[in-house]
Amino acid sequence: MADLRSNLAGIKSPNPFWLASAPPTNSGYQIMKAFDAGWGGAVWKTLGVPVQNVSSRYGAVNYRDRRMVGFNNIELITDRPLADNLKEIEEVKKYFPDHAVIASLMVQSKEEWHQIVKDVQNAGCDGIELNFGCPHGMCERGMGSAVGQEPAVLQTITEWVMEVAKVPVIVKLTPNISDITEPAKAASAAKADAISLINTIQSIVGVDLDNLVPYPIVDGQSTNGGYCGPAVKPIALNMVKNCAQDPNVGLPISGIGGIETWKDAAEHILLGASNVQVCTAVMHYGFGIIREMTSGLEQYMNDKGFATIDDMVGKALPNVKKWENLNLHYKVVAEINEEKCIGCQLCYTACEDGAHQAIGLSGEEGNRVPFIIEDNCVGCNLCSLVCPVEECITMDRRDDGEKHDTWAARGERGEQPTTFNDKRAGGLHHWVPSVQDALKHRKS
Amino acid sequence: MSEFKRPQDDGDFQVNFTQLKPLMNATEAYYESSRCLFCYDAPCIQACPTGIDIPLFIRQISTGNIDGAARTIYTSNHLGNICGKVCPTEVLCEGSCVYNHQDIKPIEIGRLQSHATTQAILADTKLFEKLPDNGKKVAVIGAGPAGISAACELRMLGYAVDVFDAKKHPSGLALYGTAPYKISNDDVLREMKYLEEQFGFKTHYSNRISTREEYDNLEKDYDAILLGIGLGGTRSIRIPGEDLTNCEGATEFIETLKLDHINANIGKKVVVIGGGNTAMDAASESARMGAEEVVLIYRRTKLEMPAYDFELDLAKGVGVSAKFNVQPVEVLGEDGKVVGIKCIRMKEDYGDLIPIPDSEFVIDCDVVIRATGQDKQRGLLDVLSIKYDKAGRIAVNEHFQSSQEKYFAAGDAVNGGAEVVNACAEAKQAARGIHAFLNDK
Ligand SMILES: Cc1cc2nc3c(=O)[nH]c(=O)nc-3n(C[C@H](O)[C@H](O)[C@H](O)COP(=O)(O)OP(=O)(O)OC[C@H]3O[C@@H](n4cnc5c(N)ncnc54)[C@H](O)[C@@H]3O)c2cc1C
Ligand SMILES: Cc1cc2nc3c(=O)[nH]c(=O)nc-3n(C[C@H](O)[C@H](O)[C@H](O)COP(=O)(O)O)c2cc1C
Ligand code: SF4
Repeated sequence: MADLRSNLAGIKSPNPFWLASAPPTNSGYQIMKAFDAGWGGAVWKTLGVPVQNVSSRYGAVNYRDRRMVGFNNIELITDRPLADNLKEIEEVKKYFPDHAVIASLMVQSKEEWHQIVKDVQNAGCDGIELNFGCPHGMCERGMGSAVGQEPAVLQTITEWVMEVAKVPVIVKLTPNISDITEPAKAASAAKADAISLINTIQSIVGVDLDNLVPYPIVDGQSTNGGYCGPAVKPIALNMVKNCAQDPNVGLPISGIGGIETWKDAAEHILLGASNVQVCTAVMHYGFGIIREMTSGLEQYMNDKGFATIDDMVGKALPNVKKWENLNLHYKVVAEINEEKCIGCQLCYTACEDGAHQAIGLSGEEGNRVPFIIEDNCVGCNLCSLVCPVEECITMDRRDDGEKHDTWAARGERGEQPTTFNDKRAGGLHHWVPSVQDALKHRKS
Repeated sequence: MSEFKRPQDDGDFQVNFTQLKPLMNATEAYYESSRCLFCYDAPCIQACPTGIDIPLFIRQISTGNIDGAARTIYTSNHLGNICGKVCPTEVLCEGSCVYNHQDIKPIEIGRLQSHATTQAILADTKLFEKLPDNGKKVAVIGAGPAGISAACELRMLGYAVDVFDAKKHPSGLALYGTAPYKISNDDVLREMKYLEEQFGFKTHYSNRISTREEYDNLEKDYDAILLGIGLGGTRSIRIPGEDLTNCEGATEFIETLKLDHINANIGKKVVVIGGGNTAMDAASESARMGAEEVVLIYRRTKLEMPAYDFELDLAKGVGVSAKFNVQPVEVLGEDGKVVGIKCIRMKEDYGDLIPIPDSEFVIDCDVVIRATGQDKQRGLLDVLSIKYDKAGRIAVNEHFQSSQEKYFAAGDAVNGGAEVVNACAEAKQAARGIHAFLNDK
């Protein structure tokens, strides 16, 4: 049986699922309920300077009938008094000594940082997370993502914290930056114990078309918010991977962003996260989703033979390369399973208008099954992605697997094409219909 | 009339009895499971007598964790596969789905349940670790849903279990009773085999245990005995002509139909007496077997009919017609065989049901099926000196323990005749009751 116990830079928890610092961790009440439901740890809603929040704080991206595939907020850090939070941290630790309670912090001056670190340590937290990520409101006051976007400032503040820290320190990064490894390396240089990412992405989720105001609306006006939820997972995964692959970062990672099911968590872990944090999914479905997450991850680990979480961490990383190192001889083409095809012809129009004109229609009465024109197929996958039927369009390998060559290797051999007429250039081999052929489709 | 041709072979039979809730393919299951809202304190869980964590198993299906989904189902209900197909989901889980309030089709919970459990059964997935034997033994009388569920649960708790049944096959009325368009015999027996292998209880079929002496021996050899004996045969309605050839009890008719498919006794014109679900089943089944005309007669109004509306609709959908406020008076015969049934119209008179004078009429028919309820097993209970109520239901305490402390009971024998899922739920509690009883001593 797989062992779900987790250890992030010395912070132990019964499983790798933590609540991210956000409304679900606003109070000891919520965190105790969450632990009872099965969560392994919780990063307390960010503590720090006094703030005031606005009313109407969230907006969502709904995709067709699916609610909240993306979510954004203009909420600040906690507005509850520090003393109350400290008392509750102490109480939670009394009831749940084996669960991880992490204090998320955000203040300004060195003195304030020293003081608040000591306060939360006295309250008994198992670790500290530095919120250098909030991309709205707090950054206007020189905190949050304003720090995360300036690696030098991030390093200085982290060093202040390390001066007094007795528990592991996690630096939470903002994705609102062009190279995520820069702040990650700064955290490493400051001797932080771990990094967590991502915080929310600056966003506007939509505009009220009647009143001409973006969401969420505060008395007829709005501001940019922070984007999160299922839609941000791809961005988070890439950033986690970048940090995990960079030897100059070299810190354990807590993966955050778009995690709702065990699969999302497994992906973060396989790309280098030692544990994961969840916010939006809990705001949508409550603490109860943990039942699916732990059971699914355990089943997967059993199936794959991973005995511990650490066995799994980063196992997909060796398969993530730079583009120039991919095999140029690998060749797949689409194949349509006629038995399964339901005749929607979405693949036809996708390839015809959106790709390489490699799918044809028979034109026979009553036969709606398209066919692949293999010579034209570049193996892009588009048809198989739009096909609504599982396993109906498959990508079949055509090269013999014997040859391997890459753009980088060609460069080393001086064999990269330099003109379009070079037979090694890609586009030469692709057939394209003539311009006049477009007229055949005219309906007179 | 006759929409259905009389089946000549098993192939015809399968066509006439196509599954109402066919198995889902992976895509359908994925789409359907993705619709689930994952409600908090979900009404479907509350509506399920076995309390399956439905939103969880549905989410597990949508995330590709089929083993996890099957485990979630089987943790609460040992007959998860059978129940997915035969439960009246319209009035249980699916009937409580919040989508109903939006006039949107509820989640097809039953079919999703069959989807997950069928895959576990086909792959013979071992879902539960066997517990070490605790050295105690329990005898289970009856291999119906109650007996088998109790056997599984007792094995989970570490007991050695022997199951005895009078019939040749396990699962009781799940096999001998439920309509063939709900579940096939193969499906029923496949889950039985899966459970037997997974839990390792011992079965003894064609083994009726009915004498005092036999029970004395069991009492010596076993620490406790669970009665999952169900009900008896169809009750007599005490009218003349009941014993004519071709006047049959519904459960007896259905049993032949289930076991011997095409050789069931089907007339040209069939009259079914009764207003319960068994009456609906017998009528539907007669129609699907190619009877030219099937008439249901029920002595009260449609509103008072105990059958579920959807079961009546199902019967009407295959051409059955129904007459209400009609009571049978005599089965008419010639040469010892049914040729008709004499009925009288009834009316309500200050709460009493009384016949309307001079309203007799005759329906010509060649088969009469009496779906007028099943007898209770009072005889056996008297042999065991076990107390039962006026309706013949075994009296039990909250642990499903009977008046004889070594005897526990569950299922139809206790609830007077409900659904498979109720038998499963009670049996689980009865098994826990036995566990508590044997560990308190
Ligand atoms: C026609 C019909 C259709 C039905 N359709 C449905 C349906 O679609 N869905 C649904 O959920 N429910 C349905 N039911 C109800 C359901 O089948 C029962 O509620 C359920 O089977 C009860 O389970 P049980 O184990 O208590 O009893 P049973 O299923 O009756 O099992 C009792 C078992 O005990 C054995 N037995 C009895 N006495 C002895 C003895 N002395 N020694 C050894 N063995 C003995 C019997 O042979 C039998 O196998 C239907 C019932 C009928 C009659
Ligand atoms: C309403 C809301 C408030 C948040 N507040 C904080 C905060 O106080 N501190 C912090 O570090 N992150 C905060 N976050 C960011 C989350 O912790 C998390 O990094 C982000 O939502 C991505 O994860 P998700 O996709 O699971 O939601 C907040 C997010 C939301 C939606
Ligand atoms: S979730 Fe609804 S009820 Fe709760 S605080 Fe927000 S707006 Fe108010």
